[in-house]
Amino acid sequence: MAQLTHRASALHKSIPAVLFAARGLATASTSPITVETSLPFTGHKIDPPSRSVETSSQELLTFFRDMALMRRMEIAADSLYKAKLIRGFCHLYDGQEAVCVGMEAAINKKDCIITAYRDHCIFLGRGGTLLEAFAELMGRKSGCSKGKGGSMHFYKKEGGFYGGHGIVGAQVPLGCGLAFAQKYSKDESVTFAMYGDGAANQGQLFEALNMAALWDLPAILVCENNHYGMGTAEWRAAKSPAYYKRGDYVPGLKVDGMDVLAVKQACKFAKEHALKNGPIILEMDTYRYHGHSMSDPGSTYRTRDEISGVRQERDPIERVRKLILTHDIATEKELKDTEKEVRKEVDEAIAQAKESPMPDPSELFTNVYVKGLGTEVKLFHYIHLFLSRLLTTIVLEFLL
Amino acid sequence: MLGIIRQKVAGKLNHALNFEQGVGAVALRAFSSSAKQMTVRDALNSALEEEMSADPKVFIMGEEVGEYQGAYKITKGLLDKFGPERVVDTPITEAGFTGIGVGAAYHGLRPVIEFMTFNFSMQAIDHIINSAAKSNYMSSGQISVPIVFRGPNGAAAGVGAQHSQCYAAWYGSCPGLKVLAPYSAEDARGLLKAAIRDPDPVVFLENELLYGESFPVSAETLDSSFCLPIGKAKIEREGKDVTITAYSKMVGFSLQAADILAKEGINAEVINLRSIRPLDRSTINASVRKTNRLVTVEEGFPQHGVGAEICATVVEDSFEYLDAPVERIAGADVPTPYAANIERLAFPQVEDIVRASKRACYRSR
Repeated sequence: MAQLTHRASALHKSIPAVLFAARGLATASTSPITVETSLPFTGHKIDPPSRSVETSSQELLTFFRDMALMRRMEIAADSLYKAKLIRGFCHLYDGQEAVCVGMEAAINKKDCIITAYRDHCIFLGRGGTLLEAFAELMGRKSGCSKGKGGSMHFYKKEGGFYGGHGIVGAQVPLGCGLAFAQKYSKDESVTFAMYGDGAANQGQLFEALNMAALWDLPAILVCENNHYGMGTAEWRAAKSPAYYKRGDYVPGLKVDGMDVLAVKQACKFAKEHALKNGPIILEMDTYRYHGHSMSDPGSTYRTRDEISGVRQERDPIERVRKLILTHDIATEKELKDTEKEVRKEVDEAIAQAKESPMPDPSELFTNVYVKGLGTEVKLFHYIHLFLSRLLTTIVLEFLL
Repeated sequence: MLGIIRQKVAGKLNHALNFEQGVGAVALRAFSSSAKQMTVRDALNSALEEEMSADPKVFIMGEEVGEYQGAYKITKGLLDKFGPERVVDTPITEAGFTGIGVGAAYHGLRPVIEFMTFNFSMQAIDHIINSAAKSNYMSSGQISVPIVFRGPNGAAAGVGAQHSQCYAAWYGSCPGLKVLAPYSAEDARGLLKAAIRDPDPVVFLENELLYGESFPVSAETLDSSFCLPIGKAKIEREGKDVTITAYSKMVGFSLQAADILAKEGINAEVINLRSIRPLDRSTINASVRKTNRLVTVEEGFPQHGVGAEICATVVEDSFEYLDAPVERIAGADVPTPYAANIERLAFPQVEDIVRASKRACYRSR
């Protein structure tokens, strides 16, 4: 807990004199601003990148808006779940926004991302829309998976987003497979395979990492260490919670995952490394405000003080807000207006999603195979049988 | 009238073509094709080679597939021809390399993942089912998985309990997978080529003891465009008294049983399932409606087996046509023993199929 606040106070000390960009949102410029990350990177078998990150006022404003949008979406999902419009599992990402937003700033859509079930915000980052997200959560036709996937199975293939996986750890070998395909196709692109501190102990991760290292696959394993695997704290699950070192012969980098600029820098660095030298592990030190899922209050295994402490001292959105205000990029009011806009956008998307109908019953049997086979045929077969039996029964009853 | 004669003649010739296994060339004057012989091993090897030549996205991954030339020599020569980027030797890490294969398929490549035997596929079964089979459905068509999982399935000889299980029933129950079980060289070629070209995940269950067996192959089969349809069974031997369904090695046993039964005046129809999922229910039912009796044969465990599904489907669809209760022949409900005598007892033998068929024929309503 003391450690968490110490990192935050370092932020205030480390903002040096910088180039001043134009004032006001409307004239946000792309001229470079250099910002120091609040904490240095720690390397394992690699020289870490510099703490000086190049950004611009436009980029910072985009960061703010994107993270605010994601935050709002997750909070709205919480309400929808409590209103029983979202069913089953719902794992929320609020607190961790800087990881996916920083990552997107360093990569393009040819690069691939694959993650586990805490996937709503990553989906948005890859080009998914709010409507697709909310409709999918509510099991409607306009959902990104047409309502057939649910919270854990968001996909956006054209945006390089391969899901959305429910089995803890499985996404890591899959991600290494994406990297294999990228290398095979000589794509010059990389894959970010994201997993949590809970999944970091999975055997298949080490199997895949071994092969990725053997074959120099452009795979970047990103451990989103929010310090709790469901209800189990990292020190209770891992003999060595230094996840960035767990790759042994694979280099690693520890990153302040609440600092969007640090994340951007690390991902840029990792991409360059992976294209030349094969796999690298990034450990993002981050935090989730919600419990593991909507059925977990999140307070039986951690204190409310800890949660509010992180919110006060390390919140990723507040950090960017301070940066924007300090650099005179926008006023407080302008940022508040952005937040109001974002809220409105989210509310509108929810309203639209609520209008979307549930999938047609015939959709039960579609997409089992790429070209319908077996199941669809069987449906007609059984309907035929049912109808003929029904008719026979009716006729017999009528006769007897 | 003429049609019936033509059919009967064609049936007999077809019968002859498939019957002369390993005996040598049979003069088939009616056909323009020659009676070339090919082992199942060569059939699989040639199919892989042709599909890899035709499509640069096809690659092979598995243990010992490259330098070792394949644990059972199925991939012999492929490393030399296509190089280590397309014939990839893996460490002994099934969960890892199966996941990598599925991920590569997500991205658009067409992997052929070899399991040294399907017993080891259990280490990777989460990726086969949850990562491969279900993805097209969960993503509503966005993520298709054009992958083939192949390898020997079922019992070999004296390899013990952990190396002898048949997985046809397990994989056959999963929507999203296609499951194939070739018997002859023609099956091996046609079905493997179809599997590689198929956009869905296919589990391809071979049999170690069949690898060395030779079968006659027509010129059509040897053509590089040859392909068999997935989901269609083959009537290996036409008959009218009892339907025997089988897949893989049991097809051979069933044909031998049919010969013995013929001498006793029972004319058995032997169906080579070829496809476990989708199961060719219409061919099976049409056959039972003709013969009125059913015997299912499989090597796998009896409970929840392939035979159980076939019996259920026949009872559901053709109940009025049955003249006798359905008969299931399956492996014994025990882990496979090692000692030769009891191992023999653990799996169906020709005499078991004969006995069951006779039972099906002598029972009355």
